[in-house]
Amino acid sequence: MSRPSSGLSIRHLLRRDVLLYVAARVGQSALVLWAAFTLSFAILYVLPGDPVSIMVNQDGQSLVDGAELAKLKAEYNLDKPITEQYFIALWRVLHLDFGRSIQSGQTVASALANAIPPTANLAFCALVVALIMGVGLAVLGCLVQAPWLRTLLLALPSLGAALPTFWIGLLFLQVLSFHFTIFPAMGNDGWRSLVMPVATLAIPTSARIAQVMSRSLALVWSQPFTEAIRAKGVSRTHLMLVHTLPNAAIPLLTMAGLIVGGLLAGSVVTETVFSRDGIGRLAQGAVSAKDIPMVQGVVLVVAASFVVVNLIVDLLYPLLDPRITLSGKRR
Amino acid sequence: MTLLRADATGTQEALSLSGYRSLFCSVRLRKVKPMLGDEIVRYLGKLTVVMGLVVGVIPGSACLADSVQLTPKDGGVLRVAQSSDPLCLDPQQAGNNDSLNIGRQITDSLTDQRPDTGEIVPWLASRWTVSQDSRVFTFYLRPGVTFSDGTPVDAAAVKTNFEGILKLGARASLGSGYLAGLKEIQTPDRDTVVLTFSKPNVQFLQASSTMSLGLLSPGTLARDAGARCQGQLVGSGPFTVTSFVHNQRVVLTRREDYAWPSSLAGHQGKAYLSGIDYRIVPESGVRTGSLLSGQIDVDTGVLAQDERLFTAQALPVIARPNPGLVFSLFPNETDPVLGHKEVRLALNKAVNRQEIKNVISHYQSSASSALAGTTPFYTDHASELGFDLAGSKKILDDAGWRPGSDGIRERDGQRLVIHLSYWQSAPYLELLQEQLRAVGIDLVLNQTTISQTSALQNTGKYQVQFYNLTRSDPDILRAVFAVDAHNVNNRKAEPVDALLDASSAELDVERRRNLISQAVTLLIEEGHIIPLVEVTTVVATAKTVHGLHHEASSRLQFFDTWIGR
Repeated sequence: MSRPSSGLSIRHLLRRDVLLYVAARVGQSALVLWAAFTLSFAILYVLPGDPVSIMVNQDGQSLVDGAELAKLKAEYNLDKPITEQYFIALWRVLHLDFGRSIQSGQTVASALANAIPPTANLAFCALVVALIMGVGLAVLGCLVQAPWLRTLLLALPSLGAALPTFWIGLLFLQVLSFHFTIFPAMGNDGWRSLVMPVATLAIPTSARIAQVMSRSLALVWSQPFTEAIRAKGVSRTHLMLVHTLPNAAIPLLTMAGLIVGGLLAGSVVTETVFSRDGIGRLAQGAVSAKDIPMVQGVVLVVAASFVVVNLIVDLLYPLLDPRITLSGKRR
Repeated sequence: MTLLRADATGTQEALSLSGYRSLFCSVRLRKVKPMLGDEIVRYLGKLTVVMGLVVGVIPGSACLADSVQLTPKDGGVLRVAQSSDPLCLDPQQAGNNDSLNIGRQITDSLTDQRPDTGEIVPWLASRWTVSQDSRVFTFYLRPGVTFSDGTPVDAAAVKTNFEGILKLGARASLGSGYLAGLKEIQTPDRDTVVLTFSKPNVQFLQASSTMSLGLLSPGTLARDAGARCQGQLVGSGPFTVTSFVHNQRVVLTRREDYAWPSSLAGHQGKAYLSGIDYRIVPESGVRTGSLLSGQIDVDTGVLAQDERLFTAQALPVIARPNPGLVFSLFPNETDPVLGHKEVRLALNKAVNRQEIKNVISHYQSSASSALAGTTPFYTDHASELGFDLAGSKKILDDAGWRPGSDGIRERDGQRLVIHLSYWQSAPYLELLQEQLRAVGIDLVLNQTTISQTSALQNTGKYQVQFYNLTRSDPDILRAVFAVDAHNVNNRKAEPVDALLDASSAELDVERRRNLISQAVTLLIEEGHIIPLVEVTTVVATAKTVHGLHHEASSRLQFFDTWIGR
């Protein structure tokens, strides 16, 4: 049992304790999803108004009478007691039937299938850009020796975190689309339409990454082992990239869930400003119309993505840091 | 363009052409001189036929340059930015403007309505008759019309459509109301449809011109309501749905064999545009910037604050007030405060509509009646809506409402407070709040979401409602106010109900106008409505866009639209 942890290997992932761990985590995930489903159902129920009235009252332009409205409510089971509504909804979701959007009549499954790819694409690109910018800024801030430049570099993340996403997006649009017409102002067509949204979403994310990384780098940089390595005549850059960075990256990994959450939350604003289709827009429209099946579909997708990201992170810990184990026992 | 006959009794075609052109010109004039007084603009509107003739004859006028010297160009895809997801493309189910702007292009109606006079004119029905008691409507269909799947638009298809709308119930939120009281539909032959209502129903003729009663193919009607919303729609209109991605875009493609435009259309045959690309752009600043930088051709949702930008760039702005009920306060008369007529009357007199006019878009007017000026049968009631601060205070004094320490009046321990919950963007309500405070009425504004507002309305525990309703027929008054209809005030039967009922049965134009006018006077005098402002749909276009105009309900009609240089 005292076999030393051996870096990244497939064999690690197939070990019995790892498989047991994954099984337990999958069970936990189901619990998290159920809790998210139940909580969102309860919150939607507490919100005033019913989705059918909102649906027929588009722009407040209709005078539908009560009897017709009641018929439609019955169709969506909205006339049943709350507990019965809940169990009907839960039963359907367990059978992977997410129902139809009350607002638009499309199936929630197809709405999600249409909205997930553009958001995933946007969020993934923004994550890559944010990692490069955030980590790059932290490394530069650590390596640069002129004090004024270092202060400037280390102040940038605070600025980036303070700027509202909405404003950054409009600024990009004003300059790069309306004034110089380099990138299209709207749409999901090709990489050109992705540049400004990705930049907009990446700025606050990279700021958060840079803040964590620069603190963590400074901590590792001051550890005695760096002195020892430098004494061997290794250059500052080599020391940084090969020895310091991997050690300093662990807190970043812990933040992965938060970063993904931030990206999804930011997508609501980014998708609105850049007129893109996606989960953010879908969620915003569904919540404001109290479109219960649609909101629940979005909640489940978002909760599932959190669960998956956190599971991956937990599995990666022992590979990156031998001091961390899955079972909690010290080896 | 054809030469127009100089006499006022020209043929239907000549009149419709001149009417169309003059409509276009009057809109242009409004754009060039936005500061013109409302009366002048309205007067211009009434002179439409004359205007059309003048413009057609005198060379060198601005309108001549716009509509005569330029020859329409065929082809091109028009990029139109709309502010919200249309949600449901089916015009029979849709209620919001952004959806109806699309639905109008894919379906045709039995009739059409002249935007300037409100007159009902032929479209898919080449003629019709209405029985003396206005219960039986017989439509004679134009032969040779097909849906885009090839099936004929015949009497059976019309019957299936109207029966389908009734079956949709609340889902067809507008159309099912227009067809309420339908007893039976007969189809004596292939081209004849006879609708019989259980009660007189004059409004149905206008309803037959709306996209809410637009015709869809029997194949489409067999689909479920949700699938139809997603764009699985086959109509007989000049465009067909190519794709629909929610929150993103709707693409329409021209139908090449289209040959049955409305008698109001400016040209025959297929549409000029080869397609329409609707983009959903929620941010108004993005729509404005995109139009100014040439990334879109039409912005259908211009906000008041952006109007100056377009005027400065000399971009064409097309504005038309929505016909129907103006934005108003509708008191709930079961409320202990608003149940008192004197409070409602004092409320009305305390409103300074001239002052409100200063804070709204300059394409918008404050209310001069319960109905907007573009509604057929409209008459001016501005004198009944005058600002009278002293009169308002006197009514409240006489009724025993005395100002309290904070200036808000009270009587028998009851404070004169009115809570208003609304979701629309209406900054002028804050000015109204100030105006009411001057007479000692405390208007508490609670701007919230549509769901919260509708929840409150469902409970019945509200004091006032605030909204407008678009309908190009004065029957909207009966539908909203009559005790046996929506009864927005929750009141008991009154003389006004007899007037509203009579107006729904009156075929004679002058007599109906008179009944409507009397009803409006009573509604204002009894304080059942406190009219505030008209709604105006403001659209800005690129300079290359020609021939775009609002139809009678102030939704967009793209059939005659073309893209020039």
